[in-house]
Amino acid sequence: MLRDAMDQAKLAGATLHNFHGGLQLRHNKRISCELPIERAAPAERFYVPLLQQSGQEAQPIVAAGQHVLKGEAIGCVEHLGSGYLHAPTSGTVSAIGTHPISHPSGFDGRCVVIEPDGLNQWTELHPVDNWQQADPDVLRQAIRSAGIVGLGGAVFPTAHKVDEASRRGIHTLILNGAECEPYISCDEMLMREQPASIILGARILQRAVGARRTVIAIEDQMGAVHQALQHALRESAAAEIDIVKVTTIYPEGGEKQLIQVLTGLEVPSGGRPTDLGLLCQNVATATAVARAVTEGKPLVERIVTVTGSGVRRPRNLLTPIGTPISVLVEQSGGYADDAARLVLGGPMMGYALASDDNPVIKAANCILVLSSDEIRPPQPEMPCIRCGECARVCPAVLQPQQLQWTVRHGLWDETVSAGLADCIECGCCDFVCPSHIPLVEWFRHGKSELRRLEAERLAADSARQRFEAREARLDRLKQDRRRRMEEKKRALGDGQEKQKRIADAIERARSRRQENP
Amino acid sequence: MIRHFDTGGAPHFPPQTTVRSVMLQVIYALLPGVIAHAWFFGPGIVVQILLACGFALLFEASCLAIRRKPLKLFLGDFSAPLTALLFALCLPPLAPWWIALVGMFFAIVIAKHLFGGLGHNLFNPAMVGYVVVLISFPQFMTAWLPPLELASWAPTLGQVLSTIATGHPPGGLAWDAITGATPLDTIRSSVATGKMVSEARQAPIFGDFGGLGWEWIANWYALGGLWLLWRRIISWQIPVTMIGSVVLLGLAAYLADPGSNPAPLQHVFSGALVLGAFYIATDPVSGCASPRGRLIFGAGVGIITLAIRRWGAYPDGVAFAVLLMNMMAPLIDRYTRPRIFGQPA
Ligand code: SF4
Ligand code: SF4
Repeated sequence: MLRDAMDQAKLAGATLHNFHGGLQLRHNKRISCELPIERAAPAERFYVPLLQQSGQEAQPIVAAGQHVLKGEAIGCVEHLGSGYLHAPTSGTVSAIGTHPISHPSGFDGRCVVIEPDGLNQWTELHPVDNWQQADPDVLRQAIRSAGIVGLGGAVFPTAHKVDEASRRGIHTLILNGAECEPYISCDEMLMREQPASIILGARILQRAVGARRTVIAIEDQMGAVHQALQHALRESAAAEIDIVKVTTIYPEGGEKQLIQVLTGLEVPSGGRPTDLGLLCQNVATATAVARAVTEGKPLVERIVTVTGSGVRRPRNLLTPIGTPISVLVEQSGGYADDAARLVLGGPMMGYALASDDNPVIKAANCILVLSSDEIRPPQPEMPCIRCGECARVCPAVLQPQQLQWTVRHGLWDETVSAGLADCIECGCCDFVCPSHIPLVEWFRHGKSELRRLEAERLAADSARQRFEAREARLDRLKQDRRRRMEEKKRALGDGQEKQKRIADAIERARSRRQENP
Repeated sequence: MIRHFDTGGAPHFPPQTTVRSVMLQVIYALLPGVIAHAWFFGPGIVVQILLACGFALLFEASCLAIRRKPLKLFLGDFSAPLTALLFALCLPPLAPWWIALVGMFFAIVIAKHLFGGLGHNLFNPAMVGYVVVLISFPQFMTAWLPPLELASWAPTLGQVLSTIATGHPPGGLAWDAITGATPLDTIRSSVATGKMVSEARQAPIFGDFGGLGWEWIANWYALGGLWLLWRRIISWQIPVTMIGSVVLLGLAAYLADPGSNPAPLQHVFSGALVLGAFYIATDPVSGCASPRGRLIFGAGVGIITLAIRRWGAYPDGVAFAVLLMNMMAPLIDRYTRPRIFGQPA
């Protein structure tokens, strides 16, 4: 079965398939595609959160007062392999202190605060010479030390994914340029303006993981992108790269949905694309890889879409990590009068920020400012009327109405079997629910509760194990003692026996002597 | 200057629909049928609808108040008026006012609020109300007027009101004098007396394929239903399998014994079948939620309806069929859950 699936996966992109559910949303991308990508204005102060990737905070490796150069490592994470965090500009570390960190929780966290010296001077860079011949290990090491994470928003360390892919062996690399959330256009603009670096990144990644071909997936509504990529592809003469247009239906850019569209296969529940011999990376990640390998530059900046009807001049800005969001909004013409919500990410999955002094992080693909008539007015929740709309649109083929019910009532076993872990939090169900039940919020809550319970269970398990180990040890001691006593007793018994045998023997000898004088 | 914002969970876009708009659209879809009803049978139906709505809202408000639920929110969801409307469409136009009162009491208080209110009722409230009054007041519930064009006596609005208010036909007329058998009654009684269905169908109350007048009302209901399908307020499974099973089984029975079985289209266009297929069996709360479950649910309602029409004690069986399938719905849903993405079959 899995063999067949692998073979089918090798045909990725040859025919397109559908996924269950999904929504046709208004695209709203044009507005931010009118101006070319521009550098963000230099900030007065950079706040680089130590928490950037997959829930683990980096340890600072610089001290307040220290001068750093752009691209110098300032933090180090020991999690899912190791990763680094780099200075976005040259300047002085003025503090390592608490500041808003653009985290979904809304909590503040530790940031490395850098006062720029205005020179923007790079540290010494170590590009990989002649990557075409380089050992794949060397390429993966370059990705690791450049601190690259998935730039589509998932911020999973790329080095970790790439290592796993090369260990398990994959045949096809999928570059995800199907940026399905409304409003976000950073990948589209990147593909339009720097198609060559995407093709380059694809080829480097392909070599780093040993893939035989690459499929670049873009949306069918991205007109100029296809031409630009095609042109760059011809220039590079890379034969093993295909560009595939997929239909724009939210969330076709989700990793699992994109794979289903391209191959007709489902990534197994709890599994990964590598199970099908596939590796999926975002197009922006590919350019970051190209830059890291060919120029030695770590990930210190990214393209951010600043958009929404709440900003006056929507656009895309190449932004150093740590730049306060207010700087970007100002450069985009400032807030419109009815700006009502600040979102990091897209309107379907992004999270609201409480203020614009939150900094840009590696995950920040979009700063979305929505006007008051574009956001969900605070509204009372009605009971579920079981209309089934949520299930109709769910790309994970869940029954959100039931799932919501089990989470709400804390029926955790049922929650697990109803497939909570398979929910991709796309928000489709929420969007169509006539009763305005905050389904996704319940699912996020359920997932965090399950994680907490799991941690508790593990803790309880290890406590029980400790207890059992102690009991076993005491038991062993007791048994040892008993065995020793028994042995002693037996030894004692043996002694008596021997003496008896000796006595018997003497007795027999004596009687013989008496019989034969 | 730092600017602060209110936060809120994703998705940030406003939701597409509301319960209120769903219910309202169903009500709109029924309006052409209601007008046709009034056209063929006089203004009684409108009075019944208004009466039922009034009682429904009264009971709804009292229950909400007792249960300390927000009145404005839940009265504004239009679920009670929709229940009232569906109930009233099953009543003979001159039924006395207490029929609506009793029906709405059982629909709103017993079937809906005792089960936990909107979204929690196991049974379709309108059908619970209907079945209760059908069983309790058979003499009034079978007092159907013939279509106006066949009627010897067409009541004025004043006479309609006085009949509904007093429970007696005006001017000392007897019920028997003003009411007539429905097409389903006619077929039933003629088959019972050994006549052929084709003979029975010679009676003037029959139209081209259903009952005279009834067939047009059914057409308008169906048109509204198609609009609901197009608006995605209802899904196609239940109407298709419900009408489909009636046509197929009806056809089989008709071919086997055309003498004692009406033609399949006669079945579809009589009684509450079309109304049931698009508006009653499709009630999401008391029906099935999964697509495959809905296929089974619709087929079940269709089959049971036919069985009751053929062998049961009542000429029409849609209400009983819906209630019986309501009972099965949780079980059906349980066994028709689709396979979750990425999980083994
Ligand atoms: S969309 Fe909302 S009301 Fe409809 S079944 Fe799902 S949760 Fe219930
Ligand atoms: S958020 Fe989860 S449950 Fe809702 S539609 Fe998306 S995957 Fe399905």
